[in-house]
Parts: sequence; C-alpha cells; structure tokens
Amino acid sequence: MNNTFKKTILASLVSAGMMTSGLAAADEHPVKLGLMLPYSGTYTALGEAITNGLKLAIEQNDGQLGGRDVEYVQLDSEANPSKAPQNMSRLVKGDNVDFVIGPVHSGVAMGMLRVAKQSGAITIIPNAGLGAATNQLCMPNVFRTSFSMWQNSYPMGKVAYDQGHREVVTITWDYAGGKEDVAGFKEAFEAEGGEVVEEIFVPFPSTEFQSYLTQIASIDPDAVYTFFAGGGGVSFVRDYAAAGLKDSIPLLGSGFLTEGNVAALDGAGEGVQTTLHYAETLDNEQNQAFVEAYQEAYGKAPDTYAVQGYDTGAMLVQALDKVDGNTEDKEALIEALASVELQSPRGPMSFSESHHPIQNVYLREIQDGKHEVVGVAAEQLEVPDDACKM
Amino acid sequence: MDLAFFGVQLLNGLQYGLLLFLIASGLTLIFGIMGIINLAHGAMYMIGAYLVWDLTMRLGNFWLAIVIAIPIAVALGLIIERLFLDTLYKRDHLYQVLLTFGLILVINEAQRIIWGGDVHSVAIPAPFDASLQLTDNLQYSVYRLFVMGVCLALAGGIYWVIRHTRLGIIIRAGAVNRDMVEGLGINVRTLFTLIFSVGVALAAFAGMIAAPLTSITPGMGDSILITCFVVVVIGGIGSIKGAFWGAILIGMAETFGPVLIPSLASMVIYLIMAAVLLVKPRGLFA
Amino acid sequence: MLHRYPKRVAFIMLALLAIVAFYPLWGPAVFGDQSEFILEKLTLMVILALFAMSLDLLVGIVGLVSLGHALFFGLGAYTLALASPDFSPASLWWMLPLVMLVAAVAALVVGVLVIRTKGIFFIMTTLAFGQMLYYLVSTSPFTGGTDGVFIMFRPSVTLGETPLLDMSDPHTFFYLCLVLLVIGFLFLRWLTRSYYGQVLDGIHDNEHRMQALGYATHGYKLIAFVISGVLAAIAGMLAAMQYGFANPAQLGWHTSGEVLMMLILGGMGTIFGPILGAFAYEILLFVYEHLTMHWPILMGLTIIVAVLVLPRGIAGLIIAPPWQRKKTPAVEDEVAASPSVRSTTQHKEG
Repeated sequence: MNNTFKKTILASLVSAGMMTSGLAAADEHPVKLGLMLPYSGTYTALGEAITNGLKLAIEQNDGQLGGRDVEYVQLDSEANPSKAPQNMSRLVKGDNVDFVIGPVHSGVAMGMLRVAKQSGAITIIPNAGLGAATNQLCMPNVFRTSFSMWQNSYPMGKVAYDQGHREVVTITWDYAGGKEDVAGFKEAFEAEGGEVVEEIFVPFPSTEFQSYLTQIASIDPDAVYTFFAGGGGVSFVRDYAAAGLKDSIPLLGSGFLTEGNVAALDGAGEGVQTTLHYAETLDNEQNQAFVEAYQEAYGKAPDTYAVQGYDTGAMLVQALDKVDGNTEDKEALIEALASVELQSPRGPMSFSESHHPIQNVYLREIQDGKHEVVGVAAEQLEVPDDACKM
Repeated sequence: MDLAFFGVQLLNGLQYGLLLFLIASGLTLIFGIMGIINLAHGAMYMIGAYLVWDLTMRLGNFWLAIVIAIPIAVALGLIIERLFLDTLYKRDHLYQVLLTFGLILVINEAQRIIWGGDVHSVAIPAPFDASLQLTDNLQYSVYRLFVMGVCLALAGGIYWVIRHTRLGIIIRAGAVNRDMVEGLGINVRTLFTLIFSVGVALAAFAGMIAAPLTSITPGMGDSILITCFVVVVIGGIGSIKGAFWGAILIGMAETFGPVLIPSLASMVIYLIMAAVLLVKPRGLFA
Repeated sequence: MLHRYPKRVAFIMLALLAIVAFYPLWGPAVFGDQSEFILEKLTLMVILALFAMSLDLLVGIVGLVSLGHALFFGLGAYTLALASPDFSPASLWWMLPLVMLVAAVAALVVGVLVIRTKGIFFIMTTLAFGQMLYYLVSTSPFTGGTDGVFIMFRPSVTLGETPLLDMSDPHTFFYLCLVLLVIGFLFLRWLTRSYYGQVLDGIHDNEHRMQALGYATHGYKLIAFVISGVLAAIAGMLAAMQYGFANPAQLGWHTSGEVLMMLILGGMGTIFGPILGAFAYEILLFVYEHLTMHWPILMGLTIIVAVLVLPRGIAGLIIAPPWQRKKTPAVEDEVAASPSVRSTTQHKEG
C-alpha cells in the first residue's frame, strides 16, 4: 500500500515537473503574468472561468502582449485570506511577475493589497468586490476590471422603487461582501423614499434558509432584496420558490445570486430579477463574438467571471500596445492602463480616477433558464470613491 | 410572531434537527463503538450528495440513484477502514485526527477532479414534488416531510437495533469495554469494519436525501461537520439518544436563535455548547 | 520520558540554527534575486515553528490534542491589530506583554471550561471554542469582519525616544523572530525537564495514578494550556507583524489542523521536532504548489503516510534512526509502548 502511495507521488512529481519545465521554455523575456486565483476549494469554478477568459483574450492577440510572449504563473489562492500576503509576496518577489491578477475573494484581496502597497506591484482585480480596494486603500498600482458590491446593488434601489415596492426586506450573509452589497441597495432605495423594514443576516456560509423564509412570510413585504452567491444563491432561490413566496413577494437581487448557476436552479429562478454589469444574452457584436469564441475554446458558455478575465486580458493587450511592451517604466504603464477604453462584451467600459470600471449595470430577468436583459438599470455608472482621487 | 408562524418555525427546527441527527448519528456511532474520531465525516456527506446528483443525471431517477449510491458509500467506508484505520485503533486520537484531516484534503480534491467546481442541484423527486399551504403566503414542500419521516424511521431503527438485537448488545458492550467483547469470542475486527461502513454510509445517505433540499457544492461538508461536532458534544459522545436530542436542540436553536437574537445568530450553538459543558462536561446523555 | 536525547540532536539543531541564522550571509550568493523572498519565507517558517512548538507542550507533553489552537494564534494577531494606533507604530515593549496578557486571560477562561474534558471531548470542545472566536471576529463591527484588518506599522523597539531596532528592515525582523523562537525553545526545554514537566509527563502516562498520588492534575494541565496559548499568541502577533494583516481565517480550524500536521511531520513530544515540522511542512507546501494545482491531494497523502509509517516524525528518525534501532531497544520500546498505554486510558472515557 505504501509503495502505491510512493509511486503515485513519484508519478505526479515527474509529470508535473515536465509540465512546468515545458512552460518555462517559451521565450527569453516574456511578459510574466502572476495569477492568484482559487484553483481548489469552493471558488474553483470562478478561478477557472477568469483564467479561461484572460487566456482567450491574449490568445486572440496571437498569445502576445506588446509584441512579447506571455508566461503565466498560476498560484492557488485557496481563497484563504490568511495566506494571501505570503502568496502575493511569492509572485512579486519570488517569481518577479510583471502583473498580478487576482483574486476572487475579498478577504484575499485585502491580504494581497497589503503587499501591493509595500511593493508597488501592479495588481488587477478581476473579481473581488470589496469597495475599499479602490476607495480607502487607494493605490495607483491597483486596478479593477470587475465591480464593487455597491456598483451592482445601488441601481437596484431605484428599480425596486420604480416597480412600486415601498417596503422591502433584505437578506444576505453576515460577512463583509453581503453587508456592502445590501448597504448599496438600501442607500438608493431609501433615497427614493422606500423603506427597508428588516435586514436579515444569515451566518456565513449557512445555506439553511427555512427559518428566514418563514420570517419573511410573516413580515410579508412588497419585495425581497438579496445577495448570496455560489451554492448559497442556488439554495436561496430554490428554497424561496419552494416556499411559494416567489409569486406573492417578488425576489430581487444582485446578479451574483444566480450568475454562472442558472442551470442548477432547475426552473426555480424564472422571473427573478437581478442587476449586474453583464448578461450572457447581451445583444452586441463583441458579446456575440466572445460567447462564440469562448464556447469553442472551452466547450461551455461563459459567465460574468469569464468576461472579467477576458476584459483583464483585453486591458493588458491595449495598455501594453500603447507602451510597446515596455514593462520597466511603471509610471507610463500605470498611465496606459488607466486610460484603457474597452468595447467589452459587457458594453463600453473605461476607468475612473480610482481605477474602477465605469460601466453599464443591466437589469436582468431569468427567462427560460437565461439571464434576459430587461433594461439598463444604470448607464455608465461611476462609483463615487470619495476617498480616492488620483 | 403569531402562533401560526411559531408553529411553522417549530416544524423548521424539527426538520433541520432531524437531518442533523442523521449526519451526527454516524459520527457518534463510530466514536462510541470504535473510539475513532472521523473528521472526514462531513466529506462523506458531500460525497453522498455528489453521488446521487451524478447518478440521477445518468439514470434519470432519483430513487434508483439512491439505491445504487448506498452500496458505493458502504464500499468507500469499507475501503477507508481497511486501508487506513486498521492500524489506528490502538493509537492516540491525534493520529486519527490527522489521518482523517488528510482524508478531507484528498476527498475534497478528488471531488473536484471528478465532478469539477460548479454548483449543482437535484430536483425534488416524484411523488413528493408537491407543496402544502401552511399560512396565507407560505408553502411547505412535501419532500421535507418525507425527509423527516425517513430520519425518524432511521432513528427508531438504530434505537431498536441497539436495544433489542444481539448486535446491539455487542455494540453496547463494546462501547463500555472492548476487551470484554473480544473475550466473548466476537470478531471485533469484523464488527469495526461493519460499524465504520455503516457510519460512513449514514453520513453519505444524509447527503443523498438532503441533496434535493440543498445546493451541491465543493466543500459543502466542512461546515456541517462542525455543527455535527457540537451536536455530538452536547448530547454526549457515543450516545445515539444524546445525538438525537442534541440535534433537535441545535435545530431549534439555529431556527429560533436568528429570529430572537439576530446579533448572536452565528454563535448561538457554540454558546449553548459552552453552557452545557459548564453543567455537564460529558454532555447531556453520557 | 524522551527528554534525554542522543548528542546528535543537539548537534543537528545547532547546525540548523547556524544555517538559518547566517542566512543573510550565504542567502544572496545562493538565491540571488530571490534571496529577499526566501528570507521572508524563512521568517514565516520561524514564526510557524514557534506556533507548532507551543502546541507540542499541549499535545506531545501533556497529551491533550487541541483542534482549536489557532484561536490563540489569531488572538495574538488581532490583539496587535486592534491595539495598534492608526497612524504611528505601537511600542513592542508594551505590545508584547499585552498580547501575552490577553492570551493568558483567554486561555484561562477557555481552559477552565475545556480542561476537565479529555481525549475526544477535548478535541471537539477546543474546536468549537476556536470556531466561536472565529465567528465573533468575522461578524463583529470592530474587527473588519471577514475582510480582515491592516496593521499599517510594525511595532517599534525604542529606548526612550531613540529607536533601537528598525523593525521595517526584514533582517531585523527575521532576527527578532529567531530570537523569540530560541527563547521559546529554551523555556520549553527547561519547563519540560523541571519538576513541573515531570508531573505533566506523569499525567500524560496515567492521570488517574497522578490523582491518586495527590496531584491536582487539572491545575497542572490548566497551566500548560495557558503557557501554550501565550506562546501561540506571540507567534500570531509576529505573523500579523510580518505582513501587517490579520484575518479571521487565521483563527479557523483549518489553521489548527495545519499546525497539527507540522507537529506530526516533525515529531511530537520532543519540543525540537515541531520546529523541524514547521520547516518541512512549508517546504513541502511550496514544492507541491509548484508541482500541481491538485496539491491538496499530495499534502493529504503526505500526512496519511506520515501517520501510518512515521508517527514519530522527523524527530523520531533523528533520535532513533532505522539503522540504529536494533542497537537501542530501550528507545524503540518506549516509542512503541507509549501510545498504547495512552489509548487504554482513553478508551474508557466514551
């Protein structure tokens, strides 16, 4: 038995060793991209989608950035914040990457940004939505190609009010991302004149929602606004429908409630409305081409995470073209990145002074298992990162 | 909260508690009889859910999937016991903790290699895909009632086996004094393999019947494991009766706690556990 | 029990200490560009070694397996984070005692509750208390929640107004950690060889006998629990100092599991073993992560193999190398016999 173990380990050592050496031999001076994304654990699917999208964008540019070949250094962030600083440090100081791309998880982002601040490493965040990243923490070397919790939930406040809802119950996990998201919704909804009658916080990462659904039924509000993601989102939408609440109390949410997981909803999500900066059904040329190319390359439909990875790649392509592939002059590089304007699958996209995307936020409704775009909830929305003017 | 909603919450608490019992029963059984602490118990819960999802996809029938998945789970338990645990019975708990922690890493990663990182779900199977109207605006899935029935039946079954069968006598004797059982000429080796497989299968089975009620995700067993530990500690480690009442208590606490004291929602079960330990350091039923 | 080691143990440990301590001299020549990064890793290993060593007192010496030791590690980190002023460095002169005091109080409170339990109960209750603090920190409005908090300045070491040590210098910080590790090691070595340590040994072998002999064993164990917690908190404080970041994940049970892995890899009950374990674990992790995205499988298998074939860890190999085992039957017997002695006392508790 122990021999089998040894053989397995040896075999994987050998094969993995060959893989890494094969990768490294590409070019003498390639552009080094350090990917710090979850490749194990709960968030694996997100890490893979972002990586796929990123590589697709660079492949479409002949696999080059600014005329140089590209080398990827992929590091499993484990979505573990306590290891984030040392992992980031490994990429920056150990592997000497030119750019760090990551992470998915906001706690990991905090740990990474701590090192980004000390080292000045150029960091592009392709997902994590913590507001502070481009606000309180304000660093010239940090960009975001994704969203902030606020940007996606704020537009829903007005939508909810315009739909005639006056009393709303919010429900989310008791963690930083959930709180930020709900705060954005509440800000807009109460500014319009609505009232959040109850804010429910579910212990993270519990997906046992029965007791809360009963509570919601007993309050009987005009609508429910929610943020959950991944398995929690799927569970909540299904439980909400199974409790028979969907028809009497409309369910509104952040797009992450169902993003990437519509198939798992099994019909329970029909009619649920969410706001997000992307929908796979968006009717524009770039998106159609992107969906097709992604489908062909990876055999499955892309989601928001894939687009965020793709736009990160597109951003690098544009910026490095502008500086002719010179990654030594950091200031010029940062300037080039900040001035990037993309015709992205998600629509037009540029960057604010705080290096946060200015982008459309769409109102989407699930119809026939797809996120159909109902309208634009906010056009070219800029996040008021008051603490960060660069 | 009016009376109707109070009643619904009682039902919620009971249903969640019963499911917790089903998962925790295997944990406490394995410890009570074998003296083995199995951290990979939660991972087996996850494997159960993934197995039934995979088989339902392939076969198109949830019930058939369960029938096939159970023997697979038992076989997995058997393999783990024979391969890894065999040498550990006479060793410190530390080694059991570490070995089963290692198993968590391996099983979780194996899950990812086999089934990937996507979220999945299983549709509520016929004939339980109907709902009851509980209040004006609240419905209750009949499948949840079915799950409660199954959990109660299993609780009764385990209780009956332990109280009224020869196997039960051996199990009770083994929990008190293993050497004595061995002295009676019973093959403890076989007994252990049996118990471990059954315990693991109970966790996997809980994952199977809970699958239509939850979302199937990587690492879904990790958080349920800790809750089960609390259940087992409160009830008294090794006691099936304790696991039952501990599970009901935690089910109720997790249902009513967030409504009554929202600020302590995530800590309420640990506070209960600390309180129980203060009064009865060996749990309520040990 | 295992407190008199062959001479080669001291030799190996001193050699290792010299290699590590003189790293700034040979590191740049060997690692070139990456030497600064390796120094950082080395510093982390030293910190984790202190953490693992603190747990050894509990697990290896007293025989109490804790699955909640990360509680104290995280507590040290958060005490530093919350007690540091926002715009200036705190002083290490009062930060260190504060961290130790907070940890001691917490260990006393938790200890009183858990110390009466044994074996598997102890495992589960320590785990649950760890989770309790984890959720408290994750949801409290004062701690930065699940995102964690920054510590913008490393605590300074000054004499009056004059700065003695420049903590922002990676070398200085490295030596601070190394000195604390050595002090911790010497302290634990002294402790385990003292009269008190012998009583702990006695409790490990047979608590009932010690009680019958008139020892208030709970008190002895509680003191060990507190000492262990305080040392873990110092390690946690250093870890938070290194990157200026504290996060609830440091308190989670996976961290507790990891430090147990270091213990088994290094060899428990030896005090010096966990130091080797921490280094070995981090090196393995580094190698595995470079090899494959599926590294958790390799790590899981490593631990399983270690449990099955190398239960005494690296320290066991050093104390009694396989090729010497036949010549020193006394050591072999002791290694083989002690766990089963323990297990018979433990099985009765269920």
